[in-house]
Amino acid sequence: MNLSLLIIVPLILAVAGLLVNNQKQVKLIALASGIAQLVLACCLAFLFIEQRKTDRTTFLFQQQYEWFSNLNIGYFVGVDGISVAMILLTAFIVLAGILISWNVKRMSKEYFFLMQVLAIGAYGFFISLDLFTLFFFLELAVVPKFMLIGIWGSGKKEYSAMKLALMLMAASALVFVGITGLYYFSTTHGVHHFNLLTVADNPLPLDKQKVFFPFAFIGFGIFTALFPFHTWVPDGHSSAPTAASMFLAGISMKLGGYGCLRVAVYLMPDGAQFYSNAIIVLACIAVLYGAFVTMMQTDLKYINAYSSVSHCGFVLLGIGMLTKTAVNGAVLQMISHGLMTALFFAVIGMIYERTHTRQVSKMGGLLKIMPFISTIFVIVGLCSLGLPGLSGFVAEMTVFVGSWQRAGWYYQWATILAAASIVVTAVYILRATAKVIMGPVKINNSTGDAAITELYGKANPYWNERAAVYLLAAGIFIMGIAPFVVTDIIYPATDFIMQKLSFK
Amino acid sequence: MKQELMLSALIFLLLIIFLASNNLVAETLIKWINVLLLVNFLLGFWGNSSGSLFGNMYHTNALIVFQKNLLNFALLIISLLSYDWLKTHRHYLEFYILMLAALLGAFYLISSRHLLMFFLGLELAGIPVALLANFDLGKKRSSEAALKYIMSSAFASAMFLFGGGFIYALTGTLDFFELHQLASGSPAFLFAFIFVLAGIGFKISAVPFHLWTADVYEGAPVAATSYLSVISKGSVMFILAYLLFYVFNNIIGTWRAVIILIALFSITLGNLFALRQQNIKRFMAFSSITQMGFVLIALAAAKLMSTSALIYFIMIYIFSNLAAFGIIAVVYNQTGSEAVNDFKGFYKKNPALAWVFALALFSLAGIPPMAGFFGKFFLVLAVAGSVNYVILTLVALNIVLSVYYYLRIVKLMFMDAEEKDREIIFVSPLPKIALWVCTAGTIVTGVMSGAYEYIATLVKSVW
Repeated sequence: MNLSLLIIVPLILAVAGLLVNNQKQVKLIALASGIAQLVLACCLAFLFIEQRKTDRTTFLFQQQYEWFSNLNIGYFVGVDGISVAMILLTAFIVLAGILISWNVKRMSKEYFFLMQVLAIGAYGFFISLDLFTLFFFLELAVVPKFMLIGIWGSGKKEYSAMKLALMLMAASALVFVGITGLYYFSTTHGVHHFNLLTVADNPLPLDKQKVFFPFAFIGFGIFTALFPFHTWVPDGHSSAPTAASMFLAGISMKLGGYGCLRVAVYLMPDGAQFYSNAIIVLACIAVLYGAFVTMMQTDLKYINAYSSVSHCGFVLLGIGMLTKTAVNGAVLQMISHGLMTALFFAVIGMIYERTHTRQVSKMGGLLKIMPFISTIFVIVGLCSLGLPGLSGFVAEMTVFVGSWQRAGWYYQWATILAAASIVVTAVYILRATAKVIMGPVKINNSTGDAAITELYGKANPYWNERAAVYLLAAGIFIMGIAPFVVTDIIYPATDFIMQKLSFK
Repeated sequence: MKQELMLSALIFLLLIIFLASNNLVAETLIKWINVLLLVNFLLGFWGNSSGSLFGNMYHTNALIVFQKNLLNFALLIISLLSYDWLKTHRHYLEFYILMLAALLGAFYLISSRHLLMFFLGLELAGIPVALLANFDLGKKRSSEAALKYIMSSAFASAMFLFGGGFIYALTGTLDFFELHQLASGSPAFLFAFIFVLAGIGFKISAVPFHLWTADVYEGAPVAATSYLSVISKGSVMFILAYLLFYVFNNIIGTWRAVIILIALFSITLGNLFALRQQNIKRFMAFSSITQMGFVLIALAAAKLMSTSALIYFIMIYIFSNLAAFGIIAVVYNQTGSEAVNDFKGFYKKNPALAWVFALALFSLAGIPPMAGFFGKFFLVLAVAGSVNYVILTLVALNIVLSVYYYLRIVKLMFMDAEEKDREIIFVSPLPKIALWVCTAGTIVTGVMSGAYEYIATLVKSVW
């Protein structure tokens, strides 16, 4: 399959959306683009599984063109299982995001254009096998977020947008230092390469890995809310419009986790082992700290944002543990968290649109007046706390099993501490659910029938919301009930990464 | 030499028109001048030869021809952008004559292979610019800017001459080829070199020689400011790369340290001062100090990579900076405002202009897919090979700082509510063409790798 289609198709449709003037056409083109992306991603997954049966090369569907040949920069793409899984996730969330934002009125042309640029950045990032191309797409995805939050956001949106943009640009700057290190110190006969495969075959000497691994890892780590650089997450998520929050949590934070694996760990395996303990400490802090801070939040979006910090801590924990199962768990957690938070943000957005508040204390008894939305809220909450049968359980369990496998009291205590956070998760999720969903009906201080009349005619979800919810919920259930659908794609890919590490 | 001859012919033609007739229609004439400039730019692409003249004082080759074409192009764009302002100006013909004369000086500067020729070019490229800065005849600030520029320029020239004199005293020659062999690390020679470098530093307004920049940028009319920021600096940068890598190649260890220091200071101070500027032209002044700092730091890298990255970056800088100045010019012409805050809510009434400005700022900030990303990436990549990662990190984090103030303006335009009712800005066709060309340039020259490849091949073939 031609991987460049993943970039070209959304790009053409995004530009096409700019050229039409009718609001309805703009939306239809965006929807068409979302559907086309999902179809492409599904085709890719299917073809990938077929080809993987016979082909044991690490990256399939490779394509290579010269770009800046004087600097050995190429446009080089190819996918392994992790990329395929991430592309699928992105396509799901993009389509759901476009559906959720169907009713955007202001500057809708720019809105959908920027969303698609963000998606292009994500696809390009996931398929790149050239460090320059990868970096290009990573940065391409930053400014659309800034614009989306700053223009269409709510609350202190300018502040959040700027904070997010600066922290992510700083992250990119660190990544940049990391990849220049890889460029200059991984030489074959004095020639420098950005080509990921060549760099992987000629790893850096250990002392250089020790220098450049932190740059790459912290750089990508900031994208995925590495403690103590997670501060952009709550502000950015809560100020963003619903679809942008979904993109941020669902796609953008995954860029970081994927980058940590693909660039930091895959290309600098010795550095990864050297810094493994430090990563675990930071990840554990993120997990616990995120969970405890969430307990104190009163705004639904902040609750989800801080719980994202906690959940993404599992991703980093899995990567830091460096055992095969743990890394698998990390990838699973990325997918699970992506689907789950996107759905959570979608539900919060739907509630907010009807009640005009996100404060937990100002709502109650929603189950009685909007049963569909409340049911989804409960499902996604349960997924977040790791109920078996839903995706969260599969992912977190794999991380814990993998972490426990690493011998040594240090690692096992880390596992225990991280696993303990689930209890805290249960506390904040169940408390929020109890207050918002159960109890007497209350919206914005109006209770009982008054509240119901206020909501009259809006309680049921519209078709676009329904479609988005079904899409994401299907993902959560499939992963929870039949995880092998995803794991079959991922496992061979993590094998290749683990082969780079000197212990198994 | 053809390009210089064509410029001279243009100057004389304008001079004759100026002397011969006194009832000309400004608009028609300016349009014709723009056509002539376009022809001049296009003819620059063929019929060029390489070789030396005037007893090796003047040299030209494919790379130098390309650099001159870039400058020709920048002049054309500046001329198009300042159409609205010039057509109401009493002395528009003099403006063109001076601008062309300064460009001629820049051409001689780039082509110089002798310190005297270099000085001649430097002066010819400098003095007319001071006059250009004075062209807002009714404004006191404009004459103040001109005076500041001419004073600091004269001071810089004096420093340069002092250094040049010292070099002559030490080596007995001013010829670049001979200097290349005779340059030594002796303290006296280094002393002379520092003075020469300081003289050049004034022209590119590198910290600590930057103090004139903000005032001159603010006071001078936008056309003169954009000329200063793009053509003056670009031409000096081109020749500086040659001076350092060829003439002073023997003392590369010394100048590399000096250049890194100057560059780091330029980047950091430019950034810090740009953060809180309230006047958009002052803001551009500090932004240009930072940008030149980035170019300077690339000079610390290996020769070929550094030179190609430098020329490539200057090319992109021409596109993006002129697009930004173009917006500033059209806004100023209609509203008379230069305040940063007056861009609040700019998007609402002028969406197209706001996007053009935003794209130009993205390019200056180095955000993909704009060309500025590629330019900056290659500059810093070049330097990464020869400095340690601490310096590299400092540079990379400075890019983040610069992103802040570029995005601040984007924020003002798109996210803030407008304070007062803003008028719709009318852009006449010629500036519109220029803005389109610049915007297209900032997009195309990056993603399409052809431009960089061409420059890199040229640099390889020449050096």
